[in-house]
Amino acid sequence: MTIIVKKVTQIICGVIFLYGIYIIIHGHLTPGGGFAGGAIIAGAFILLILSFGSEFLALKKEETGSSLLESSAILVFLVIAVLGMIVGGVGIFLVNFLPKGTVGKLISAGVIPLYNIAVGMEVAAALLTIFLALLIYRDEVLK
Amino acid sequence: MELLIIVMLVLMIGGAIFSLEARDLLSAVIAYGIVGFGLVICFLFLGAPDLALVQIVVETITLIIMITVILNSTREEVKKGWKKTTAYAVLAFVFIGFFLYFFNRATDTLTVFGDHAMRMSKAYLQPGAAETGSANLVTGVIFDYRGYDTLGEATILFTAVIGVLTVLRLKGRK
Repeated sequence: MTIIVKKVTQIICGVIFLYGIYIIIHGHLTPGGGFAGGAIIAGAFILLILSFGSEFLALKKEETGSSLLESSAILVFLVIAVLGMIVGGVGIFLVNFLPKGTVGKLISAGVIPLYNIAVGMEVAAALLTIFLALLIYRDEVLK
Repeated sequence: MELLIIVMLVLMIGGAIFSLEARDLLSAVIAYGIVGFGLVICFLFLGAPDLALVQIVVETITLIIMITVILNSTREEVKKGWKKTTAYAVLAFVFIGFFLYFFNRATDTLTVFGDHAMRMSKAYLQPGAAETGSANLVTGVIFDYRGYDTLGEATILFTAVIGVLTVLRLKGRK
């Protein structure tokens, strides 16, 4: 891509990433949540790859990392759900075992923000892994 | 409000029909984008910012991936061996009439547009914020009342990624 696209990407990419994190962290207060924020974070990475070309980043290392992150994110989700079964006292899967706090504060709603973070990691890593798999397939197999 | 949604729906149907008929695949994909982004505007009119946020991001990423695929393969549509005869046209009209009749019967039993059925949602709306502690009720429903649903969705995403990696990657395929 041209220097204009590269420069704009350099400036805007971190802001998009931060916005995705904001959407995930404030998922229990404002519209959005794990799915939307994760997709925004994946979009920041895809923008970076598209504008700087697939040679710029070490894609295979990136793909191993994102695949690992994606697998561990769903494990974190399950571990929190099982913890609710053990610690919660009522023995119900997926129970909200942390104190709820006051509605509207950033640290409230018990385990819901933790679920949001796990799902956000899962979605971001999954979309990025699919995009990287397509790119590596083109570089590896078609040439 | 309803008039604006109807205008958006007509625009979306037009984009969908154009993307079916276009010879150039790139313009077909871009016309298909009208459907997705029109849906975003409809969600905003109907007061669903959560869905609009997800839809706009997913639509943009999908459009980028589809354009990348088209630029790397072919732009011309491959000709289909499709004969346009009167029998097909008659059959199409018969099916349109058939489905229109049952669609009409089904919509007669629904409530008026914009008038929500409150029987079920009352149980979530009124005690929702107090029970889950979440100010955004959508997140509260997704992660508390419908936790199994979200777990299933995350599992589907995980399985989809494993499927893509299994098909596309050479690593470990020996």
